[in-house]
Amino acid sequence: MDFSMAPGTFLFEAWQARASLLSGLGVTMLSSALSIVMATVCGILMGVALSYGWWWLRLLARLYVDLMRGIPVLVLILFTYYGLALFGVNVAAFWAGVIALGAFATAHVAENFRGAVESVPAGQMEAAKAIGLTFGKRLTYVILPQAFRRMLPPWVNTGLEIVKGTTLLSIIGVVELLLSVQQQMARNYMIIDFYLLATVFYLIINFTLAQLGALLERKTSYLRY
Amino acid sequence: MTETALLQATNVRKHFGEIEVLKGIDLTVRQGQVVSLIGASGSGKTTFLRCVNLLEEHDGGEILLDGDPIGYRMAGETRKRLSETKISAQRARIGMVFQQFNLFPHLTAGQNVMLGLTKVQGKSTAEAREIADHWLGRVGLAERRDHYPYQLSGGQQQRVAIARAVAMQPRLLLFDEVTSALDPELVAEVLGVMQSLAESGMTMLLVSHEMLFVREVSHHVLFLDQGRVAQAGAPSEVFDNPQSERLRSFLGRFHGIFSR
Repeated sequence: MDFSMAPGTFLFEAWQARASLLSGLGVTMLSSALSIVMATVCGILMGVALSYGWWWLRLLARLYVDLMRGIPVLVLILFTYYGLALFGVNVAAFWAGVIALGAFATAHVAENFRGAVESVPAGQMEAAKAIGLTFGKRLTYVILPQAFRRMLPPWVNTGLEIVKGTTLLSIIGVVELLLSVQQQMARNYMIIDFYLLATVFYLIINFTLAQLGALLERKTSYLRY
Repeated sequence: MTETALLQATNVRKHFGEIEVLKGIDLTVRQGQVVSLIGASGSGKTTFLRCVNLLEEHDGGEILLDGDPIGYRMAGETRKRLSETKISAQRARIGMVFQQFNLFPHLTAGQNVMLGLTKVQGKSTAEAREIADHWLGRVGLAERRDHYPYQLSGGQQQRVAIARAVAMQPRLLLFDEVTSALDPELVAEVLGVMQSLAESGMTMLLVSHEMLFVREVSHHVLFLDQGRVAQAGAPSEVFDNPQSERLRSFLGRFHGIFSR
């Protein structure tokens, strides 16, 4: 690889393309963040339904989780973008992607949540009942803080999967990092160089995310048994 | 005695599937009394205690706390389960201390005591902290207020759990084999706290295998055998004059502990 800045070299081309590359990076980060937020919020709600819901609610949540885990994300993305349009629901490509990824990861977060809640010793719920806390408060002040700690490692995994999953949005024409890199390649044919550049970007995002998870784990390390 | 009992259980029954674990328990606890349940494991002592605090629901008979039925109300002839909020309100009038302490591991000792005060009783943080400090002091752990449960010994954790329960100023305190999970040398510090509570007039219902302690602090002792009250009375009656072979053989296992 030639690292000089002369025209025709990789660094020169990358610098020339900085605006579209940064925009692609921004789209990747924004769609990841939105999907992660959606998956976290919806996943926890669905996890509560899975763990504590009335039988019909548990059944519905279970069906959703099994359905989402059973189909490829790409199919989900294509369905949200093209499939919904057949029913007259037009969703912009970016939002179709965010919703599809978020809906997919919701199932994972829900299942992680259920596992985390079930691993909190039964005595915790009983002690919370014994001091007279109502259901919502038992969940908020006793169960969730402990469940979050246990959910953290798989939650970080889900986050990493989402970041990598955003590359699939290129299929429906969202110019995220991968597609913007590919657009540059089509211009300058520097295929390996630009794929490597994308790889480095993805690694940096995911490494940061993993470090954030590790930091949160350390912050809550008093939760030992 | 004409005053109404603080806790009045009549013919309490409970099934787990096919197995009947409580076959009609009658029990009365009056204000300021310490009542103890003794018996072999599987005799139903713990299950009865859990029914009083609605951690289990009894399916026959009634349990009255200050005259109110626990867990349900009567609509004509049928029992209607109380709403979640009402059940929580009933539980808040009863404190419970568990065998496994069950402190909240993500909260400090002080926060463990304060949680119910602020979130159930609606007290301000400042007021709750004052109450928590008072009770942690009473159990001898004032300096451990900011320690997390994992930084405390078993005996200290159980004393925090007692402070957490008693700080709510419950009408009745339940103790479920609270020293069974402790190393022998830590048992005394917990029993000491319980004794001082009993002396201060706290109404207590306890399940315990600490026979010496039971004999010392109780006003009334019930020996449970296979879901029934096999013998009840003053500690001296139950311990010195066992009426059944089962009670004799049960107490025999603690022999030596009694021949003071």
